[in-house]
Amino acid sequence: MKMLPFFVIIPLGTAFLVSLFGKKIRNFADIVANLGTLCLLLLSLYSIQLVNAHKVLVYKVGGWLPPIGICMVLDGLTSFMLVTVNLVSFLITIYSIGYMEKYTDKYRFYTLFMLLLSGMNGIIITGDLFNLFVFLEIASIASYALVAFGTEAEELEASFKYAVMGTVASSFILLAIALLYSYTSTLNMADISLVLSQKGSGVLVNFVAVLFLAGFGLKAALVPFHAWLPDAHPSAPAPISAMLSGVFIKVLGVYALCRVFFNILGVSDKIFFILVILGVISMCVGAFLAIAQRDIKRMFAYSSISQIGYIIFALGIGTPLAILGGLFHLFNHALFKSLLFLNSGSIEYSTGTRDLKRLGGLNRQLPITGYTSLLGSMSISGVPPLGGFWSKLIIIIAALQAGYFVSATVAILVSILTLAYYLKFQSYAFFGKLNEAWLKIKEGPGTMRFSMIVLAILCVSTGLLLIPILRPFLQSAVNVLLLGNGYKDVVFGAIR
Amino acid sequence: MSTYLLCLVLFCIGLYCVLRKRNIIKIIIGLGIIEYAVNLFFVLIGYQIHGRAPILAKDQVISNMVDPLPQALVLTSIVIGLAVTALIVAIAIRIYEKYGTFDISKIRRLRG
Repeated sequence: MKMLPFFVIIPLGTAFLVSLFGKKIRNFADIVANLGTLCLLLLSLYSIQLVNAHKVLVYKVGGWLPPIGICMVLDGLTSFMLVTVNLVSFLITIYSIGYMEKYTDKYRFYTLFMLLLSGMNGIIITGDLFNLFVFLEIASIASYALVAFGTEAEELEASFKYAVMGTVASSFILLAIALLYSYTSTLNMADISLVLSQKGSGVLVNFVAVLFLAGFGLKAALVPFHAWLPDAHPSAPAPISAMLSGVFIKVLGVYALCRVFFNILGVSDKIFFILVILGVISMCVGAFLAIAQRDIKRMFAYSSISQIGYIIFALGIGTPLAILGGLFHLFNHALFKSLLFLNSGSIEYSTGTRDLKRLGGLNRQLPITGYTSLLGSMSISGVPPLGGFWSKLIIIIAALQAGYFVSATVAILVSILTLAYYLKFQSYAFFGKLNEAWLKIKEGPGTMRFSMIVLAILCVSTGLLLIPILRPFLQSAVNVLLLGNGYKDVVFGAIR
Repeated sequence: MSTYLLCLVLFCIGLYCVLRKRNIIKIIIGLGIIEYAVNLFFVLIGYQIHGRAPILAKDQVISNMVDPLPQALVLTSIVIGLAVTALIVAIAIRIYEKYGTFDISKIRRLRG
């Protein structure tokens, strides 16, 4: 229980140390940042075991009891998200050792990266609604700065666009929190849920739900709110693109949405219906726009929108099997999308371009990038033995069981489209004739190769999470969402 | 009730400013207006006319007090708003260096 605040303390402390000493001592930033993310990964893996033993753990900040003080809650969903975030971020910091050499001010990159990480871990672990807003802003500000990290014209433009839309979204979320506070006069998530169940929810709560949906939907880049993502994600340095597309939109968007709707406000049929519609639209629009792209990273960014659509669609179906599929797809997508963005970074590192038309036949020159990206592409498009296949299969079966026949058909068709544009990426970049200009290029440093290989192995093996021994990891997260309003009883039970 | 509606009007003015204006600086000002509208609304939720600070002293009965929690929260929110504004203004200055204009209809190198 004492370890819960360390998910925020470690990255914040690391950011502080790196910004203080990073410039003076050589390699200090690399070592400290990697140690920090390694500690976080080990802690988050340990948290799985804690959740197995205790179900729910509550840490009272400053010793105040929750309705008054702030608390941190560790339950199944929290530990599931923590593992996802910290696993990906650990591999990304290793990758950055080699990749970020070409940028100046590497230590500033690590400072911002650690702030981003502390914001995300904070969002996941907090049990207080305003605290969630503060961490959300920490993560958002760090991400605006990281998108503009290269300070080229396009990056600044993308960052400005992203910052404006992100700030408007944050204002919506703050407005929703203010309205909810005026109705329930408490900010603790469990307590809000308790008051709402006693007072009943009127028009105001519906309005709050809409504001939350707009705010978190913008952060998750669901389709009517997606305009910033295809600019912002490709403009950032590759490790940050991987971080933003891999875990950032899931934590700020999907996780926060789930927590607020399932555990605090309570889901109604209307909300489920809206989520299904948003999910299906995101799926289609993202896939259709991805096919037309020539820029590798832009294609991946549109693909992220499409895959987030799958997750939201699955959560909107709302049956236990569908939620299992949605969370499983979230985990899978975090792995293969960060792998693909790291691959695109590796291509850019070696050739200096991201234009598909100018690449070709790179398999001979960059074999590791080629084969890992093949695994990633096949996994995301749902080719059978790989992880992505199982999660999509579960989602589609659940949709059929729940009677969403049209949406399930659309999901299958979008999956075929996904295969099409990833095959396009593979054939343009890695197969065919080698462009004369790339005869002398080589793979990047060993650290970059290491994290790509590890991520590829994980992509292949995520299907194993469904076997009975490893299944509690996913199942405990699903149970938290299925609990719905019962969340408050569990949290208050753990306090006493 | 009318104060709340005025907050909403202020929020909409900010939103209009962000959506319709073409100058980057005006968009940033619009963002500031949105933030102020939300902060003002948050403070007003806990405010009472002729209310006083909830400081507990001996032999004093406080009947009409202002809720201090929204004020503490708004203080945090203002600091966050400051950080965001500073960052966006810094980005705007760099954009001006690169493009030589503040007009967003001319800053369009990203497409698709």
